[in-house]
This record gives sequence, C-alpha cells and structure tokens, in this order.
Amino acid sequence: MESSTTQPASLPPKAFQLIPDDLETPPLTLGQLAWRRFRRHRMAIFGAILMILIVLYTFGGMLIFSEADANFVETGVRLQPPSLEHPFGTDTIGRDILVRTIYGGQISILIGLTAMVVELFIGVTIGALTGYFGGKLDSILMRLTEAVLVIPQIFLLLVMAKYFSQSIPNIQLLGRTFSGSVLVIIVVIGVTTWPYLARIVRAQFLSVKENDFILAARATGTSTYEIIFRHILPNSIAPIIVSATLSVAAAITLEAYISFLGLGVRPPTATWGNMLEGAYNYVESAWWLWFFPGMLIALTVLGINFLGDGLRDALDPHSRTT
Amino acid sequence: MTRYIIRRLLQAFPLLFIISLVLFILMNNMGDPLATMGGRRVTRKEDRIRLARQLGLDKPVMIQYVYWLAGNDWTKTDMDGDGVAETPGVRKGVLRGDWGISLVNRKLVTEVIGERLPNTLLLMVTAEVVVLVSALLIGIYSALHQYSLVDNTITAITFIMYSMPVFFFALLTMYIFAVNFKKWGLPYLPTVGMFEPEAGQTFSQVVWHMVLPTATLSFGYIAGYSRYIRSTMLEAMGQDYIRTAKAKGLPRRQIVYLHALKNAALPIVTIIALDLPFLLGGAIVTERIFGWPGTGRLFLDHVSRSDTPVVMGILMMIAVAVIVFQIIADVAYAWLDPRIRYK
Repeated sequence: MESSTTQPASLPPKAFQLIPDDLETPPLTLGQLAWRRFRRHRMAIFGAILMILIVLYTFGGMLIFSEADANFVETGVRLQPPSLEHPFGTDTIGRDILVRTIYGGQISILIGLTAMVVELFIGVTIGALTGYFGGKLDSILMRLTEAVLVIPQIFLLLVMAKYFSQSIPNIQLLGRTFSGSVLVIIVVIGVTTWPYLARIVRAQFLSVKENDFILAARATGTSTYEIIFRHILPNSIAPIIVSATLSVAAAITLEAYISFLGLGVRPPTATWGNMLEGAYNYVESAWWLWFFPGMLIALTVLGINFLGDGLRDALDPHSRTT
Repeated sequence: MTRYIIRRLLQAFPLLFIISLVLFILMNNMGDPLATMGGRRVTRKEDRIRLARQLGLDKPVMIQYVYWLAGNDWTKTDMDGDGVAETPGVRKGVLRGDWGISLVNRKLVTEVIGERLPNTLLLMVTAEVVVLVSALLIGIYSALHQYSLVDNTITAITFIMYSMPVFFFALLTMYIFAVNFKKWGLPYLPTVGMFEPEAGQTFSQVVWHMVLPTATLSFGYIAGYSRYIRSTMLEAMGQDYIRTAKAKGLPRRQIVYLHALKNAALPIVTIIALDLPFLLGGAIVTERIFGWPGTGRLFLDHVSRSDTPVVMGILMMIAVAVIVFQIIADVAYAWLDPRIRYK
C-alpha cells in the first residue's frame, strides 16, 4: 500500500534533489572565472605580491630620496661596502647604490612596460591582418616576420642600438630627466620582439575566424573593422595577455643585457642594466656593485614569470587544473 | 618531401639576399672604421681620404654592397687618387667565396672567424650535450614523480634559474667558486680565458677553464627545457596507449623510455633544432664575462670598430645556419611524426 508521501516507483530516489532556479549562482564573466582560478595558484599570488612590493620600492622610493641623490657623486666614498649610511654600498664614483636601484628600477620597469606596449601594438596589428585576410598579405608579412626572426635577436639589437645612438636630447617626464637613449632602447626592443606575438595572434585569428558567429556577423553586414576588433580580438585575448606579461620580463632582461654590454641607456641615467656594466671587473673587490641590481632584476623577472604562469593557467580554458 | 625541401631551399635564397642587404646597410651606417686606423693619434685627413679610396669606402652604399657580394675584379678601382679608375680590383666577392679582408687587422675574414669558431663550437657543443642530458633526466624524473617534494623543489629551482639573467648567474658562480674558494683555500675554478698562458693549451687546462662558462650557458636552457619535457611527458603518460602498455604488463622502463619519451620528445626536437644555430654566434655575454676567445667576443670587438666584412661574415653564417636548421627542424618533425604531411 503506497502512502501519498512516497514517490512512484518510476522516479529516482529522494537523494536526488532539484535546485530551484533562484538558488543557482549567476553566470560568471570571464574575468571573474579567471580570477577564481588565479586565486588558487599559490605561486601566482606570490608573484603578484612580489611585483607589488617591487613597484612600491621603486616608485615609492621617489618620495624618500630625490633624483639628485641618485646622481650625487662623492668620490671620497667610492667603493664602500654596505654600511648603515649606504645600505647597498657605493659605486665606482661614489654614488649611493640603494638610491640608484630605486631610480634605476623606475627606468627598467618603465622600459619593460613601454616596450611591451610597442610590441603589442605592432604584433597584434600584423597578426590580426595576416590572420584575418590571409592570401598575399599573409605571405608577405609572414616572410617579413621570418626575416626579423632569422636574424638573431641580440645581433639585431646591438646593430640597431648603435645605429640609433646618435644624439637624442634628454626628455623631461614626470619630473625626471631621461637620457634620450631610453626612447631608443624602447623602440629597439619593441621592434625586435613583435614576431613572437604576431605568430600567436595570427594562429588565434586563424582558428577563431572559422567559428559560426563570425559567419553570422558577416552575414548581418558587420564591417571588417568591427569583426576584427569587436568579435575576434576579444575572443583571442587570453594568449595575448599571457604573452604580453611575459614579454615585460623579457624586455627588462633584454635591456639589462644591452646595457651590460655598454650599448644601452647612457649614464648618468641609472638602470639596473647599466649599473652592472663593467661590474664583472670588480667581482673580487666589490660584490655589492653587481649583487643588488642583479638580484632586483632576478626578483622582478621571477615575479613576472610566476604571474604569467598563473595567468596562463587562469585564462586558458584548455589547461588542466589538477 | 624532397620537393618540399627543395622549395624551402629555393625560398631561402631571396630571404638571404634581403637579409644581407639590410644588414649591410645597417652596418655601414654604424660608424667609421677609419677613425681608429691612425694608431695612437686620430687619423689625419689625407690618410683618411686615401684609406677610404683604397678600401672602397668612399663609394655609395649600394656599390659597396655589390662589391661585397660580387667582387670588384670585373671593374677598375682608382688606387692612386687621380680620379681615374685604372687598377682592376682583386676581390672576388662573397658569391664566389671571397669574404673580404678585415678592416681592423687586414687578415682574411675566413681566417679571422676560423680562428675563433672552434673555441665557440667547443663551448657550445659541450654546453648543449650537458643541457640535453640534464634536462632529460630532470624532466623525466619530475614527470614520473609529479607533485612529490623533489618535484616541487625542482620546479621552484627551475623557475628561479629560468628568471635569472645570465650575467647575474655568471657573476654569482664566479664569486662563489672562484673568489671565495680561493679565499677559503679550496681548489678554485679559473675565470678568464681558455687556458693559463704559462701552462699552455693542454687538455686539462681547457677543461678546467670550461667548467664555469659551460655551467653559465647551460643553466637557463636546462631550466627551460626540463619544464617543457616535464609537461610533454605528463601529457604523454596520460594517454591511453600508455595505459594499454601498463595493462599488457610491459616493464616500466620500456613504457617510459620506449613509448612515452619518444612521443613526448617530438616538440623538444624542434626546439633544440631551432636553438642550435644561435650557438654559432657564441654567447656574447658569457664570452665577455669569462674572456673566452670565441665568435661572440669577436663579433662585439669588430662591431664596435665597424669592421663590416668580419661582422657580415659572422651574421651571414648565422643567418644561413638559422634557415638551414629551420628546414631541418621541420623535416625532422615530419619524419618523426608520420601524421604530419607537407604539401
């Protein structure tokens, strides 16, 4: 005999409950989803915190020390080891290294970010054009990309850095004077690193282009400009973001290399790279000359790499999160 | 496949021409090779004019390029300054194998590069072997013991290594192993050059001097490659055919090395093939720090003195190597993975 409270035999047992509609969570946007996955990635959080600390150090330090302190030459105290008065020591002509790392950090990070923007601009444009239009434009631009890639990057950088290092006047920005070679370095790095990004963007465009919603957009008469920038590009943004993040680290490292070889930013403007220039002559006698800038570069790049790794895991829908 | 290779090789020639032209023009605008030719004093004006004429540097850039490429023995140059070209040139040009004479030390370019190339190759090949063996061992071990303590430590260390700039690592190792070991009385590693001048270029001298530069060169690549191998191995080990192999009862060693590794190694082969040609250029920074007499330092020295023939020689050598290795990488990939077909 069945009572009215038991279910008929054909339905599944009561352990299975249906959730009424208004108790479901609202759909999450891409940003929110990505943030949730990012949060779980411990190393990425560590990287983010590291980056925040470094940015605070370099840009916040501006409030405590003035730029004049960074270039204040006092040859009487040259090559002093770290002490209370000069926590990072002094360099070969008596400038305090702590303050120079603060101001040098500003330039290095600025170069990294701006070079990334230049690279983003060129790379996304070329990648989008070749990916979307294909055909002859694709062939020509891909050969151009190959040509830039075939020439080893450091060589191209050295040659171009020398070529452009005619006198460019000093620039005044945000209350600081930069030597004009900063601009040259930014352009040179941006111009030599875009092929990687262009290839990624092109691959993305080639695959997103085949989707049905693009066909629908074309069928409803959307202009090419709108299709590229409002439909395809937002859907391919994930690898672009990851690549852009990692390219900041690459740009900072690259700037350090060419400054180390003496072809980068001209003194007295300090960058982490040119503080290391010639420091290998002092390995025995003055370890603090190269240790602190080098350490800061390593930490910054490490932070960015962690961040980029976390972003890649958070934004890429194909990667497994075990 | 042969048609594909031939087509790629044919496509390579126009690319090489354009690259050589661009590089030549850039080099010419870089600086004045005559400025340092005066010895201790600045070159005098008459000497400058004379040298420019003799070395062919007073001609417009395109003519200089043509002379570099095709020589000038089919035309006459003006050697004695009277404005009339009467002496036939002696250069045969790159297309016929004559790479010219260095503007810095008047030696044949092939000789200059040939002196340094074996040193670089020695360093690079050793470094590459070390990288491959270490990266494979570390990567496979990490993949097989995923998320164990060892794996996590290795991941952390490789991340740090990967982010460290080469010169920082070089200076750090130099500081620890050379300077401090010396202070503590331990046998220390030498940091400069290929061998001690007094002891001569013996085998043990070179090996001892090679330790630090090789370590510096390899660490970044080991870090990068081992992470890559770890991820591809993990992907391969998760495949169904590995499960079948385990179910069939194959010994673990065979499963890992015979089945998983062969499939996981495919992308690595292309990456290695693409990295190899850059070894020819030498590691500029490493050679600079350790004073290793290789092509990297050669390049720096001659670029700073605007020595076009030598610099073009090195650059073209690398460009050719890059193109050839790209083709090799594509072909190797197709050969290893039968699913890939090229038109």
